[in-house]
Amino acid sequence: MKILVVDDFSTMRRIIKNLLRNLGFNNTSEADDGSTALPMLQNGDFDFLVTDWNMPIMQGIDLLKAVRADERLAAMPVLLVTAEAKKTQIIEAAQAGVNGYIVKPFTAQTLKEKLEKIFERLEGTA
Amino acid sequence: MGAPISTAGEMQDLLPSLKHVISDIEAGEDDKAREGFDELTRIRESQLFSDMGAMTRQLHDALRSFELDANLADVTEIQIPDAKERLNYVITKTEEAAHRTLNAMDEAAPLVKGLGSTAEKMKPRWLRLKRKEMVAGEFRVLLGELLVYLDRVQADCGQVHNCLSQVVMAQDFQDLTGQVVRQVIQLVQEVEENLVNMIRVRGGAKAPAAINAPNVGLDAKGPRINPDDDADVVSGQDDVDDLLLSLGF
Repeated sequence: MKILVVDDFSTMRRIIKNLLRNLGFNNTSEADDGSTALPMLQNGDFDFLVTDWNMPIMQGIDLLKAVRADERLAAMPVLLVTAEAKKTQIIEAAQAGVNGYIVKPFTAQTLKEKLEKIFERLEGTA
Repeated sequence: MGAPISTAGEMQDLLPSLKHVISDIEAGEDDKAREGFDELTRIRESQLFSDMGAMTRQLHDALRSFELDANLADVTEIQIPDAKERLNYVITKTEEAAHRTLNAMDEAAPLVKGLGSTAEKMKPRWLRLKRKEMVAGEFRVLLGELLVYLDRVQADCGQVHNCLSQVVMAQDFQDLTGQVVRQVIQLVQEVEENLVNMIRVRGGAKAPAAINAPNVGLDAKGPRINPDDDADVVSGQDDVDDLLLSLGF
């Protein structure tokens, strides 16, 4: 499984990559905002997207919408990991078709649970 | 700024009283004429006093706003760029600290894992020795391996301890950035007070309320310092899960 981790803070990308590695996901790449992530997704063979919301240039919510609007990427599972904590934002993300929403600060256990839940649901619909 | 002390209109207002005085003099009514003069003088004096009051007020306001302007100039030219620099420093420091910690972890984790897995591999043979299932030659090999392993434990534990110390040392960012953040908070408070005062001095009692105008829209706001202050903000992951559940997730 190839995962793209998008966050403008390199430390957070590192933490997420570290946690993913501990969960057995070794094939990860990084991008620092939506505008660099989208071409990577379009030209790469990623299976999963983990993204922050609040980033310069292109925000995570816009990246999510762009992924859903792209025929080839539309089915890709997307997990938002963000400090954005307004209910209206969570609802907006849900309506845009997010697969999971984690608020920062978060724990390794939360990431594990959300990933498992997403995979469970994908297997259920597949 | 400076309003004229007396206007043409005010001089016109004096004309009827002045005409009365002239006609009184012409009619030889000296007492009435004198009273008329006194009345005119009183009117002039009271105008002069109110004009002086207005001038004093203007001067006071001008001096006060000048003082505030000087403060604001200092704030905009020096303190705010300085605050930006300080906040960038906070970003740099905290990023460094996180990387230092993660580097130390990356260094220590394989050592700990290696010691554990070697012990795991040796244990079955020591159990065989305990059960007296081992021949003398095999035992000598095992003993040699144990001594090598003990040396490795000693060296690796030293290195892991060193990593743990690095993790501890990396936490010094909290002290440094905490102080800087506090300075920036103080500056923001000063700017706010200055602006409120200036708006008050320049008139418009309603204006300060605008400072507390709520933010609207769905723009990204970053981490919430006090989630409890805002009903629209979730307090943690459980709230997020509940909300998504209610939306059919």
